[in-house]
Amino acid sequence: RASQQADTERLSRWKKWRRTSSKSLKKALSEVKGLSSYLVLWQRDIHSIEGKFGTGIQSYFSFLRFLVLLNFIIFILMFSFVTLPIIISKYGIFNSTIAYISPKNIEENCTIYEPSGNKGLVYFYTYLKDLFSGTGFLEVTSLFYGYYTIDAVWISIMRYNLPLAYLLATFAYLALSLLWIIKRSAEGFMQNLVHDADPFQSYCNKVFAGWDFCITDPNAARLKHRSLQYELQTDLEEEKLKQKIAERTMKEKLRIYSLRIFINIIVFAILLGCFYSIYRVTVFSQENSNVSIRNDTGTDSANLLVQYLPSMVITLANFIGPLIFSFLIRFEDYTPAFEIKLTLMRCVFVRLASIGVLLLSLWSQISDCGTDKCKPCGYNYKLYPCWESDVGQEMYKLMIFDFIVILAVPLFVDFPRKLLVTHCSCKLIQLFGQQEFGISDNVLEIIYGQTICWIGTFFSPLLPAIATIKYFIIFYVKKIILIHTRKPAARPIRASGSNFFFLVVLLIGLILAFIPLGISIARIPSSKACGPFRNFNTSWEVIPDTILEFPTVVQQILFGMASEAFAVPFFMIICIIMFYFIALARAHKQVVEQLREQLVLESRDKMFLIRKITEAQR
Amino acid sequence: GAMGGSASLIPQDLLSEYQELTFLSKQEILLAYKRFSELLPKEERESACSTRVPKSQILTLPELRANPFQHRICHVFSTSETGDDSMSFEDFLDMLSVFSDSATSDIKSHYAFRIFDFDDDGTLDRKDLEQLVNCLTGQGEESRLSSAEMEQLIQNILEESDIDKDGTINISEFQHVVSRSPDFASSFKIVL
Repeated sequence: RASQQADTERLSRWKKWRRTSSKSLKKALSEVKGLSSYLVLWQRDIHSIEGKFGTGIQSYFSFLRFLVLLNFIIFILMFSFVTLPIIISKYGIFNSTIAYISPKNIEENCTIYEPSGNKGLVYFYTYLKDLFSGTGFLEVTSLFYGYYTIDAVWISIMRYNLPLAYLLATFAYLALSLLWIIKRSAEGFMQNLVHDADPFQSYCNKVFAGWDFCITDPNAARLKHRSLQYELQTDLEEEKLKQKIAERTMKEKLRIYSLRIFINIIVFAILLGCFYSIYRVTVFSQENSNVSIRNDTGTDSANLLVQYLPSMVITLANFIGPLIFSFLIRFEDYTPAFEIKLTLMRCVFVRLASIGVLLLSLWSQISDCGTDKCKPCGYNYKLYPCWESDVGQEMYKLMIFDFIVILAVPLFVDFPRKLLVTHCSCKLIQLFGQQEFGISDNVLEIIYGQTICWIGTFFSPLLPAIATIKYFIIFYVKKIILIHTRKPAARPIRASGSNFFFLVVLLIGLILAFIPLGISIARIPSSKACGPFRNFNTSWEVIPDTILEFPTVVQQILFGMASEAFAVPFFMIICIIMFYFIALARAHKQVVEQLREQLVLESRDKMFLIRKITEAQR
Repeated sequence: GAMGGSASLIPQDLLSEYQELTFLSKQEILLAYKRFSELLPKEERESACSTRVPKSQILTLPELRANPFQHRICHVFSTSETGDDSMSFEDFLDMLSVFSDSATSDIKSHYAFRIFDFDDDGTLDRKDLEQLVNCLTGQGEESRLSSAEMEQLIQNILEESDIDKDGTINISEFQHVVSRSPDFASSFKIVL
């Protein structure tokens, strides 16, 4: 008390007033924050999950919330710019009409497209089958590309260029996703950078400042104990491992490197095997389902199975792959942190590349010019008069199957397992035990779904709506699973690191989604029988065509921007700016190193002085 | 309501004296008084300023209930002559003041040192550090570090903080190490 008295007496009146006013400002801000938490979606649920299970699992749920919002905004974007004008004109609101421009210079055969939208009496079963495979009555709705066979919409006297709007809306949602993800990952990136920089006194910091005295909930306290224990143990383990690695002899190093190369070859071979099987299954499914549809034969359930075969194989590969990888990586002798990262990268690759392989095999079918079927239109018009709708249907099937699997696994695996563990005390079952909530697996699942959504939205504009509903339901399903069947993880994960990692993988998914979309838009000729791009060679051609309608000045500017005279200096300037920032970052790193060395010198000086003092005292 | 009622129970001069001597604001002191008097049985609430609350009652506070250092905190802040670690209202205010947002890092590290010094001998030796780590990792057999890990950990801690290499950490070494620690100010905090 005496020391406090001395302290506070030294403060002047002004400083006291400043202190009290800053405290009341802080209180006001926290009140406003408290109110705004009511407006954010699921704030209470996520908060309670954080309290019971830790920040690692909470980051998964806030990631899910982010995806729900993203998909909702994408849906609003596509709906208002693409679907809404058509709906307005179909009902004649605002004196609107639809303009069809018949395609010129195109062979008759290419423009024949008769989707078998159900006419007349059909069995209820056919509706169900159509719902699951996207054919039949669903094919002619606004869900798929084929519905948008309109060239312009006249709203009173304004001409609404639908093809242009369709393409620009696609670019807009891709750009929006990219910017939003980058913005969110920027915060995580800085935290990661700070954390990664080898802390000066990591052990002292963890031990003396490790316990958060604000914790009041016994559950949160238990979590904190566990995470402290885990952190200390992993740090000690990593230190021991680093020592071991530094002491490795030449012979051991050779052995380990050759083992690693061998295992990487095995992994590569497994990946190739997966991709090849996906390719074969897709080709098989396309050939057989096409035949049945056209001939309208029975055995509908077998047909449905064949149609879902690619989705099933992909899901199987996504399930087996991670198991094999986590088994193999034990032999490669990495540090635990690196092991986790490498396995995750491999799993990510399997999941995202399998979508790419599926699309590749689809295109090989579409452009399969076996017996000269492609010449008139540029694609196989006999089997795929409206190939964009077919691709959209494949994406739709992938999404539905993914949703079914996510709902079925807890129902048929997790709940029975929990029941077994709680009611049967036999040793074997207890060995299996209750499952932990595997954050990375769940995150990869939803990133896979999101990549499908991004690719599929161009071919099926209402897909984001389905994705929003899907993620909305998944939130509640996962929450119920978590609370009822999972025990808290024995290895708590640092939240900031994982958040950044999720966003990086999502970004990889988005960039991988650019590739198929880019190829579809710019390379493959658009179908002449359906869709807004009937009158253009490829979907991309809308843009050069529109530019040609601009006044000459604007045209010249735009063409100038695309020419070499502009592009080369622009590229050079960008390179220079990038090098500048890299050099700046390096300089900062050097400054940090120097300051750190200075700190060490300071403490050595202190040591020297203390020793002198103790000597002098003797 | 309750705030106005309790304000009349602390005389104004006492209130302003507390404000001077601690880092707490008027509202925080009044809130502390309210919480402290709730720990007493109804009859003794009138003279809350001068009664001592037994340790078992203090430990029912949610802020201390889940804290592994609860016993040390009571011991360090208690001015009881009988050594039963009971706390008066002024001890309670003292504790809240040290743990408040506006306390200086010097004060905090001074008291943190006293809390971590389990055998009260003025230095943190190996036994103190061992007990400290066991408090952090939790009660129960499976949550303790193995003896080899503990040895390695204590070795690392002493390497980082023991400047004069005498195998113990004294108050100035502790304050030196804690001043470099980025998390200390935000974790050594209790808010009612």
